[in-house]
Amino acid sequence: MSAAIKWYWFSSPQTFFPLAGKIARWSAVGAGLLAAAGLYVGFFVAPTDAQQGEAYRIIFIHVPAAWMSMFLYVVMAFWAGIGLAFNTRLSSMMASAIAPTGALFTFLALWTGALWGRPTWGAYWVWDARLTSELILLFLYLGFMALQAAIDEPRRADRAGALLAIVGVVNVPIIYYSVTWWNTLHQGASVSLTRAPSMASTMLTGMLLMALAFWLYSIAASLARVRCIIKERE
Amino acid sequence: MNWGGWSEFWAMGGYGFYVWGAYGVTCAGLAVEVFLLRRRTREAKA
Repeated sequence: MSAAIKWYWFSSPQTFFPLAGKIARWSAVGAGLLAAAGLYVGFFVAPTDAQQGEAYRIIFIHVPAAWMSMFLYVVMAFWAGIGLAFNTRLSSMMASAIAPTGALFTFLALWTGALWGRPTWGAYWVWDARLTSELILLFLYLGFMALQAAIDEPRRADRAGALLAIVGVVNVPIIYYSVTWWNTLHQGASVSLTRAPSMASTMLTGMLLMALAFWLYSIAASLARVRCIIKERE
Repeated sequence: MNWGGWSEFWAMGGYGFYVWGAYGVTCAGLAVEVFLLRRRTREAKA
């Protein structure tokens, strides 16, 4: 019961504002420490890859960025949907706050992937299902932001954006399963919940540290941005 | 330890352009976002 009251309490933008600031600060500190540890493991502990040489070290940022791009989209669509269903302002503000960070990680996943693909596949870009669906994800983020920016009245912008975000969420499983559904140049998952990862444990450690760093960074950036949105709107 | 010295580290086994191109743009992208967020926070307070 008291927990329920607490959630209602924090669903008010004004009461959430100071809490968001505190979480953002500590997340930023954690992101910095984890990134330092991840980069150390990635460059100085993990061995050279037998097939790809040193070029493989791009995966320490490529895979976490790609994970974040998909994860952030789902979280954004979730908050947008909650905002649409229950008419809660803070949920919609969270969705708007996540979008730019999600778009950034999508761009970085594509960029680092291109620089990995060139030495490994011989091409910066190919129109395979994984790469194409990830590019569509970038357009969904940009479309969401452009749509919201084009509508002056904030609550109408929230509703229109929410519809786009929810429809676009079908793209996320397409990205994730593209490597199994289609015959892609992009390799299948090296890390999954159902079986042991197919890489050296130090490589995996570096990748997971960077993933946690990006995750905490995203929390910090989104909460810092939602504070700006609260200030600007109320 | 993987590297015989700094020059070997920066060379990345001949893949320096790709590795540092990826890490450099990632750092720059995150730095730009942090910069824009700081500026927006300042402007929202004013």
